[in-house]
Amino acid sequence: MKYLLTIYDDQSMWGDAQPGDVNAMMDGYRQFGEEVHANGAYVAGEGLEPVSTATTVRVKGDERLVTDGPFAETKEQLGGFYLLDCKDLDEAIEYAARIPGAQSGCVEVRPVRVFAS
Amino acid sequence: MRRGPAGPGLRVVAPGAAIDRLFRRESGRAVASLIRVLGDFDLAEEAVQEAWIVALERWPKDGVPRNPGAWITTTARNRAIDRLRRARVLEEKRVQLAALEALGGDADEPDRFPDDRLRLMFTCCHPAIAAEARVALTLRTLGGLSVPEVARAFLVAEPAMAKRLVRAKRKIAVAGIAYRVPEEHELPHRMPSVLAAVYLIFNEGYAATAGEALVRRELCAEAIRLGRLLVELMPARPEPRGLLALMLLHHARRDARVDADGRLVLLSDQDRTLWHAGEIDEGRALAATAAPDRYGLQAAIAAENVAAAADWARVAALYARLAAIDPSPVIELNRAVAVAMDEGPERGLALIDAIGGLDGYHLLHSARADLLRRLGRSQDARLAYERALELAANPVERAFLEQRRDALSDPAA
Repeated sequence: MKYLLTIYDDQSMWGDAQPGDVNAMMDGYRQFGEEVHANGAYVAGEGLEPVSTATTVRVKGDERLVTDGPFAETKEQLGGFYLLDCKDLDEAIEYAARIPGAQSGCVEVRPVRVFAS
Repeated sequence: MRRGPAGPGLRVVAPGAAIDRLFRRESGRAVASLIRVLGDFDLAEEAVQEAWIVALERWPKDGVPRNPGAWITTTARNRAIDRLRRARVLEEKRVQLAALEALGGDADEPDRFPDDRLRLMFTCCHPAIAAEARVALTLRTLGGLSVPEVARAFLVAEPAMAKRLVRAKRKIAVAGIAYRVPEEHELPHRMPSVLAAVYLIFNEGYAATAGEALVRRELCAEAIRLGRLLVELMPARPEPRGLLALMLLHHARRDARVDADGRLVLLSDQDRTLWHAGEIDEGRALAATAAPDRYGLQAAIAAENVAAAADWARVAALYARLAAIDPSPVIELNRAVAVAMDEGPERGLALIDAIGGLDGYHLLHSARADLLRRLGRSQDARLAYERALELAANPVERAFLEQRRDALSDPAA
């Protein structure tokens, strides 16, 4: 069976943290990554850009509702995800609008973070 | 007026404030091109800011260049090149430098510069950007307004406005919002937010409840300039024509809307010689070929309103079509007023009294008051004016309502 693990935390913590704390956190993630790789459990995983860069797409009939900001409705819950490689946000929105869930609920589009190597 | 040095173009010397205004008006083109080349809003804005300093120094001496937009683009481009060279991280900046050097070269040959303003407009008004940030970003980049000016225009504290702009620019960069004009099939999803942003700028200037009169009028003029730009850059599209027509037909009546004492003058009482006839003609012509969307229909209504004799049955029908696109009690109210003009106050009053959810709207009560007055029901009219006065915030509108109320015949008489 496959499981999606989503990480929720307070994003302001990254801005306020000392460099040492950030490094300790990154080390923790690295260790976790190595562990799940070694165990053969790893399928895909990414860090995301902050929630302020999120876009939410909802489709009602022919009308496409694109809004700035994250999905925030407690009635609807995370039900699946796709990780897509797109040329820009418009292409990502185009795909998001074609996911059936965009008609019954909505799809949040979040850019995957590229860490400096 | 003094002529500048002889050259291929006529150069006219202008005073400092005029230079400042002209520069900012023309700077949108340079900002748009530099953003395309540099892929960076801030760097583009800084380069244009440096060009402004050069212009303030040179234009009063040498005269305004024949093509200020091209001059600003060239000067800002040169400043950006200097800045990148100074930065000395050439390896990373090489691509940007090469692109800058490829960007036109001769300020007197404006045709060599591509016009990037349309892509800037679509980027600033991308639906993935918060609506209030779209408007601010458009005014900042295409309108050349400073951050304090944008903040003042929307009655927002300056740091909050600066933050809003930073966040929007960051979203464009990080979320991968492309710097391009949408393709034909994408326009139905992308055009509405562009038109809405321009109309919001216009409305902020036209119907504001507070703020400085001068800033307000400038906002209307700026929105019209942006609307004109959309019509010019998308000549095949009927949607921008309706928006521009609507704005022109309202703005053309600016000098007749309030009297010498700042009191609001009803459309039917306005001195038509104060209307700007050229703008009305242009608005009418545009309205005739506009899309039948929310702007085009409103433009058609505005065109009826400035006609020698309005066809009220047509106005009522146009409001009905508008209500079908955009159902709202405010449109129902307007339709009721048109019906009252066409079929008499009694019929209009019945329609107004059937509207729900608009009791907190002062214009409903002032429209009711007017119909009651025309029906000779002075006492009911007085009560309706009182209710409208409780709700109206704009001092000009309040003065108008008080005057109307006081002009009612004394019920005791």
